[in-house]
Amino acid sequence: MRILAAMSGGVDSAVAAARAVDAGHEVVGVHLALSRMPGTLRTGSRGCCTIEDSRDAHRVAGMLDIPFYVWDFSERFKEDIVDDFIAEYASGRTPNPCMRCNERIKFAALLDRALALGFDAIATGHYAEVIRDVDGHPELHRGEDLAKDQSYVLGVLTGDQLEHCYFPIGATASKAEVRAEASERGFPVANKPDSYDICFIPDGDTKAWLADKIPMRPGLIKDAEGEVLGEHDGAMTFTIGQRKGLGISKPADDGRPRYVTDLDPATNTVTVGSRADLAVSHLTGIRTTWCGQAPSDMGADPATGIDCEVQVRAHGEPVPARAWLGDYITEVPEHEANIAVDDVVVPVARPAGQLMHVDVDEALSGVAPGQTMVIYRGTRVLGQATIDMTAKDRVSA
Amino acid sequence: MPEPVLETYTSELRRRGNPSSLHASGQSARMRIETAREELAGALGASTSAEVVFTSGGTEADNLALKGLYLSRNGGTFAAPGRPRVLTSTIEHHAVLDTVEWLETQGAEIVWLDVDEDGHLILDAALAELRRDPERTALISVMAANNEIGTLQPIPELARAAAEVGVPFHVDAVQALGQVPIDFSSLGATALSVSAHKIGGPVGIGALLLDRAAKPVPVIHGGGQERGVRSGTLDVAGALAFAKAAQLATEDLASRAARLSALRDRLIVGIEAAIPAARLSGRRGEGRLPANVHFTFPGCEGDTLLFGLDARGFATSTGSACQAGVSRPSHVLLACGRDEDTARSTQRFTLGAQTSAADIDALLTALPTVVEQARQAGMVSATPRWMQGVS
Repeated sequence: MRILAAMSGGVDSAVAAARAVDAGHEVVGVHLALSRMPGTLRTGSRGCCTIEDSRDAHRVAGMLDIPFYVWDFSERFKEDIVDDFIAEYASGRTPNPCMRCNERIKFAALLDRALALGFDAIATGHYAEVIRDVDGHPELHRGEDLAKDQSYVLGVLTGDQLEHCYFPIGATASKAEVRAEASERGFPVANKPDSYDICFIPDGDTKAWLADKIPMRPGLIKDAEGEVLGEHDGAMTFTIGQRKGLGISKPADDGRPRYVTDLDPATNTVTVGSRADLAVSHLTGIRTTWCGQAPSDMGADPATGIDCEVQVRAHGEPVPARAWLGDYITEVPEHEANIAVDDVVVPVARPAGQLMHVDVDEALSGVAPGQTMVIYRGTRVLGQATIDMTAKDRVSA
Repeated sequence: MPEPVLETYTSELRRRGNPSSLHASGQSARMRIETAREELAGALGASTSAEVVFTSGGTEADNLALKGLYLSRNGGTFAAPGRPRVLTSTIEHHAVLDTVEWLETQGAEIVWLDVDEDGHLILDAALAELRRDPERTALISVMAANNEIGTLQPIPELARAAAEVGVPFHVDAVQALGQVPIDFSSLGATALSVSAHKIGGPVGIGALLLDRAAKPVPVIHGGGQERGVRSGTLDVAGALAFAKAAQLATEDLASRAARLSALRDRLIVGIEAAIPAARLSGRRGEGRLPANVHFTFPGCEGDTLLFGLDARGFATSTGSACQAGVSRPSHVLLACGRDEDTARSTQRFTLGAQTSAADIDALLTALPTVVEQARQAGMVSATPRWMQGVS
C-alpha cells in the first residue's frame, strides 16, 4: 500500500513509520505544522511547529530512507481546533482538543489530502487496533498496552475513516517495548519524553491562556440554594469538578471541600457544591458517531438499549452502562448563547446530529458538558457522543 | 560541482598552509589565495583584487555590507544616528530583509521601495526616495535579480543616482552571479555580495566586492584579515574553488544564458498552454533570469505541487521555507500585490546545466496530472469532512 506516515517527532510515530516500512509499504513521512505564526503585511502568516520536533521527525525519515515533507495545516487547526476550544470554554463547556484534532485534522483534512494524492492509508503512532469483523468491516479496539491505550481519542473515527487508518504499534505490549525498538533502530528520539499537555498551550497554563482569549467578566460564585459565597474573575476558565482556585473564604457547613458543579455563561455564575453534588448517573450526548458498524441491537428507549461500558476521559476507567438512541436534532435553541471571543460574537449552537442517552450503574463524578463519552463493548469502541447534559438520576429502572 | 572546480578544491585541501603565517608554506598559501583573489576580481570586473573581501557566503556578505556601512555612515555607533535612513526593496532575500529589520530595532529608519506586479522596482519612486534626503541616508541596498521570481532590477540606474547623491549602494548579486554579466567597476556600486555555491563552487565561501574607499565597520572582529574588515583565517581551498567556478561561470556566460533562456521560454509557453489558469510571476524575456521559471497555480497548495512533482522526479521549490521546513507565503508575491492564498500556490522551476529540452517536455507531460491532483487535494481541504454532515 501507499502509506502516509504522520510523524510528530515523537517516539511512537517514529516506530510506527518504521514498521510500516518494514511491512513492505511505500511510505512517505509528513510532519504537520499546526500552530500559527502571526504574519505582518509584508511577510504573511504561516504555520509553525517546534523546530526540534520537525527536525527529529526529519532525522527519523532520513534513517528510514523515506521522503519527508512538512505540511502547513495551521489555518485549519486554528479554525477547527483552537477557535473551537475557545468557543467551547466560552460557552461553559470543557472540550477535548486532541479528540477534535483527530476528528477534523489528522483523520479528516490530512486523510482527505492523502487520499486525493493517491495514498491508501495514513499511519500514526496511536495505541489502538483496527480489527476486521467476519464480514471484513473495520472495528476499532483498545491498544494492547491499556496504560497507553488511545482508543478513547480515536472514538470519533467513522468506519469510512477506519478503512484508511493504520496503527502499526497498537498491538505492542508496552510503551517500553516501543522505546526499546526505537533505541535498537538507533532513533535519536528513543528517550524523548511523552507529551501530555495541550500542544497549543506551551506552558500548560490553560486558565491564563484562556483569560487572554476570552473577555473575563467578574461574577458570582453561589451554592445550589443561590447563596453568594464569593466572586470570580470569569466563569469561563472554570471546569466542572474543579476544587482548587475557587477562592471562597467561608467554609462549607459540613467542613468538606467544595467543587464547581455548574457553569452558566448566560448569567456568568459559577455554582459550587459538595462532592456528592457532582455525582451523575445519566448522560445525554449530541453528535453521536459510530466507529464502524452501528450496533444493530440498539433501540430508542431504555428498554431496548444495549449493555456496554462508557468512558468519559482519555485515561478514565470504563464503567458499566446502558445506552440507547435519542432524537435526531437539528439544533437546540434553548442552549444557544452568544459569546464574545476576541470581541467577536460567536454563536454557540448545538450542531445537528443524533442524541445518545447513557445510564451508568455507578455514578460518575465531575463530568462536564463538552467532554466526550465513548462507549465500548469489551475492547471494541462502538461510538461516541459529546456530552451535552448530565442528570443526577438514572432514566432507566 | 564542475570537475575543474572539484579538482582545484580537493587538490588544495591536500596542501597545507595558513595564509597568515610567515613561514614558507604560509607564504605559498598566501600567494595562491592572492591569485584566486585576482581571478575572482577579473571574473567580476573589479578594478583591483583589493576590492575582494572573502566571506563565508552571501548572507555574511550582506550582513557586512548593511551593518558595516550603516555604522560607518553613522560614526561607528547606533546611538543618535545622523543618517538613519536605509533604503531597500520589499522583495529582497531574507539575508537583507532580516538584517535591515534588525537595524530598525537599533534605530534605523527603513524606507521600503515598492515593486510593480512583476516584482520590478518602481524606479521613479526609488529615485525620488534616494534624492529626497541623501544627507540623512546611510545606504541603499537592492538585489540584482530576485531569487524567487527571477526579475532583474534596474541596478545601473540606481548606481548612477546613488553616486550622484553620495549614498553608498549595496547590490545583493548572489542570484545574478553566473546568470547575467556582472561588471563591478563599470557599475559603480559601493558593495556587491556574491556566493560560490550558486555557481557550482563549494558552500561556505562567498565575497563582498567593496569599493576601496568604503570602510565598513567590521561585523566579525579578530586577527584583522581582509583589510581588517573581516577577521578569520582564510579558507584557501574555498577561495581557489570559488575563483575557478567564477571563471567558468563567466567565460561562456552568453552561450549558456542563451541556451537556458530558450529552455526557460519553452517551459513558460508550455505551462501556459497546458494549464491555462496558471500565471507566470515576474517578467518575460530579457528582464528575467535565464534559469528561472515561476508560476502560481490557483487552487493548488505549493506544498502539494512540490510533493507531486518530487514523486515524479522533478525537484522544484515553493519559494522559501522556515528552519522547520514550513513553506511560507512568498513575501515576494505579497509585495507584487498578490493575496496570501495566491502567495501559497507557487512553484519555482530552476533550470541547470544538465537540463535538456527532453526534461522540459517530460515536466510538461507530468504537470497537468500533478496540478489536477493538487487542485483536488486543495478542494477536499477546503470542505472539511466533519462539515459534510455527521450522522
